[in-house]
Amino acid sequence: MNDPAVPDESGSEDVLIGLRNIGKTFGRVKALADVSFEFRAGECIGIAGHNGAGKSTLMAVLTGVFRPEHGTMTVAGREVGHFDPNAARSAGVRCVFQELSLCANLSVAENVSIVHPELRGRAWRRRATQMMREQLDAIFPGHGIKGHELIADLSLTQRQMVEIARAFTTVDDPVKLVILDEPTSSLDAHTSSQLLAFIERAGGEGIATILISHMLGEIERVAHRVLVMRDGRVAAVLPREAATQDAIIRAMGQHVDVKGAPSEGVDARREIARAQAHYRFRVGPAARIEIDSARGEVIGFAGLAGQGQSDTLLAVYEAALKNRERVAFVAGDRPRDGVFPLWSIAQNLDIRWLLNGAHAGRLPVPRPIDRRAALTLAERWRERIGIRGAPLSAGILSLSGGNQQKVLFARALASDAQLILMDDPTRGVDIGTKRDIYQLVRDEAARGRTFIWYTTENDEFAYCDRTYVFRAGRVTRMLHAHECNEEALLAASFEEAAA
Amino acid sequence: MNGTLNRTFSLTLDRARVRALLPALSLVAVLVPIFVLQPATFSYFGIGLLLNLAVPLVLATLAQLAIITANDLDLSIGPFVSLVACIGATLLVSKPWVGVAALAGCVLLYAAVGALVEYRQIPSIVVTLGLSFVWNGLAVLLLPSPGGTSPAWISSIMGFQTPLVAAPIVWSTVIAVAGHLLLMRSSAGVRLRGSGGNPRAMRRFGWSLVRAKATLYGVAALFGVLSGLCLLGLTTSADANLALRYTLLSIAAVILGGGEFVGGRVSVIGAVLGAITLTLAASFLAFLNVSPDWQVGMQGAILIVVLSLRVLLQRRGGLR
Repeated sequence: MNDPAVPDESGSEDVLIGLRNIGKTFGRVKALADVSFEFRAGECIGIAGHNGAGKSTLMAVLTGVFRPEHGTMTVAGREVGHFDPNAARSAGVRCVFQELSLCANLSVAENVSIVHPELRGRAWRRRATQMMREQLDAIFPGHGIKGHELIADLSLTQRQMVEIARAFTTVDDPVKLVILDEPTSSLDAHTSSQLLAFIERAGGEGIATILISHMLGEIERVAHRVLVMRDGRVAAVLPREAATQDAIIRAMGQHVDVKGAPSEGVDARREIARAQAHYRFRVGPAARIEIDSARGEVIGFAGLAGQGQSDTLLAVYEAALKNRERVAFVAGDRPRDGVFPLWSIAQNLDIRWLLNGAHAGRLPVPRPIDRRAALTLAERWRERIGIRGAPLSAGILSLSGGNQQKVLFARALASDAQLILMDDPTRGVDIGTKRDIYQLVRDEAARGRTFIWYTTENDEFAYCDRTYVFRAGRVTRMLHAHECNEEALLAASFEEAAA
Repeated sequence: MNGTLNRTFSLTLDRARVRALLPALSLVAVLVPIFVLQPATFSYFGIGLLLNLAVPLVLATLAQLAIITANDLDLSIGPFVSLVACIGATLLVSKPWVGVAALAGCVLLYAAVGALVEYRQIPSIVVTLGLSFVWNGLAVLLLPSPGGTSPAWISSIMGFQTPLVAAPIVWSTVIAVAGHLLLMRSSAGVRLRGSGGNPRAMRRFGWSLVRAKATLYGVAALFGVLSGLCLLGLTTSADANLALRYTLLSIAAVILGGGEFVGGRVSVIGAVLGAITLTLAASFLAFLNVSPDWQVGMQGAILIVVLSLRVLLQRRGGLR
């Protein structure tokens, strides 16, 4: 089926993969909506967008991992119905994954055989080693990798080099489109520029590339077109001439709606409070990150995901424990470090309360648990915070994700903690629960509790008095509530930390 | 492999070597004192006697290794080997075809369990712990009291006198080399190990994890069957509790041989050496006049020493 919608500038045979009105939802979340785009041979497409804009989902669709619910995909002009990882591979689509998809227990050459089912039979190992070394030589001259090393014995930079070079190796199916998801995150400046130069050369040979990067300078340097995504939609497609860093940032965050900045009367009261009680933490490598806060203040940690916010939170927690502060932590990754899966709702709720009065380094005096008091406490918080769906004696896992998160909040708030640290607590929580949680945070702050709140959702900083923006493990900017709009947040998120 | 390799012994290679050599070193550490204490053992028959019971344990160890490759643990391999021996001592003698069908059924069942464990994401420990009672129960049903006879052909294979080198060494070597070629060198084996190393990546590249796990469990059952028949050939009669201790011994042998519980990191040759070491450790302690009361504890102590050495080695490697 030939595509009439292809622009005139290039023939339809140039289009490697066409997407028309692609849509994908997870539960009630629209991850992708109405995405149409064409990837042409030899072209480098930069993709930008903040966390949750739909970049990863789009890449998963292109590599056949997710099947879109709406829309059609065409490969070389022909519509495809069944597009799975094997179909993607034979269509020439390869992907370099951000978190790397190497098997650490296998050697470099053995990892090549995983992406090429055709590599079998006699001398497959020699062929794999040779292919890998050729490709590494082409992309990263002077790489120092021989091919028989176990991945586990390589440095992170070398692993990323292997992951990248592997995507460009060919056995039977030609490479036509390579997706590079944050390929330079563990490369140094030298190897990064080797890679960018190679991307340009590969384009000359007709290999299309997709570059997803938070280093907008890299996109600006090599991309022929830039696809900017926002809320699962195509926000803009910028041609090379227009794809400056400023233009990309503007396209990523035009949609600014910050509502309800903390009122001024409260601010004034806080100024007084600030003189009285003051938290000040110097954490991170060489104590370079300085976080201070007044009693009753809500501090936000912003920036792209994984720029050191969680580590800083943990460091603050440790420091607070050492200073004998009364502190509690609300985990965002519920299954991993939030809930006790085998305990009841009440037990999950009152565990921090049981530790009231226990300071770091000193165990509380063993005493029988006052069950009645514990139950009253759990009952009170259940009503206050609105935990719905199961009685308190039921297992925590019988609750929905949002209600589990409410239990974790109640766990912190029911305690004597004055400083409450929150690690992206609204991750995967529905909007109703979020609103309840925002209300609760503001109420409790008004009573003098201090919150430090890491979140990946930019509209939540509207509830913060001040926001620290993180980049590569350091604070690049501190924004007050009135200057904390999406544009400023994005600009600060992409700011290169001063060396 | 190539010239550049010989010139530069990189640090990574060195570390990999020491790691790979540890199982061999622990074998030597047990073997040399035995030869010193009892010089008579350093002969064709002496070694044959010492290692007489090594072959079934080697096979059971490889069964366990297949499961550990998939990041799982098989707590039923001992009872399974016993069951196989019981089938061999009863059905295989009286109704050979029924016996063969029963063994084949066991292998298929194992593969199905592997598929189920992956498909439903159930912990393998729970499933295999449950199965261990099933195997044990079936074995008791087949052979309520110790007895039965070994089919003649199995006894004659196990009694076969190989020229020059004692039979257990020949068998162990053949098994080790064949296993190494299949799991460590062949492209199919590499992909099976990959499914233990990074399951998510394997699925992304279009490999079926269910199929990988079913294959590995099936292979484990195959080795379990071989182990049971071997054991039967050596003991010439069976018992429902014949090989219960193989469960823990096989896990210990895999770990002793350089394997790790998670991450698909295993070594076939190392595991075979580990199984032989554990077999010898018992004789070693007997020669040292350690009373049988203490022997089990001493075996455990040997295990702890070797594993501690490995941890030390890894830590030093990590620090460089």
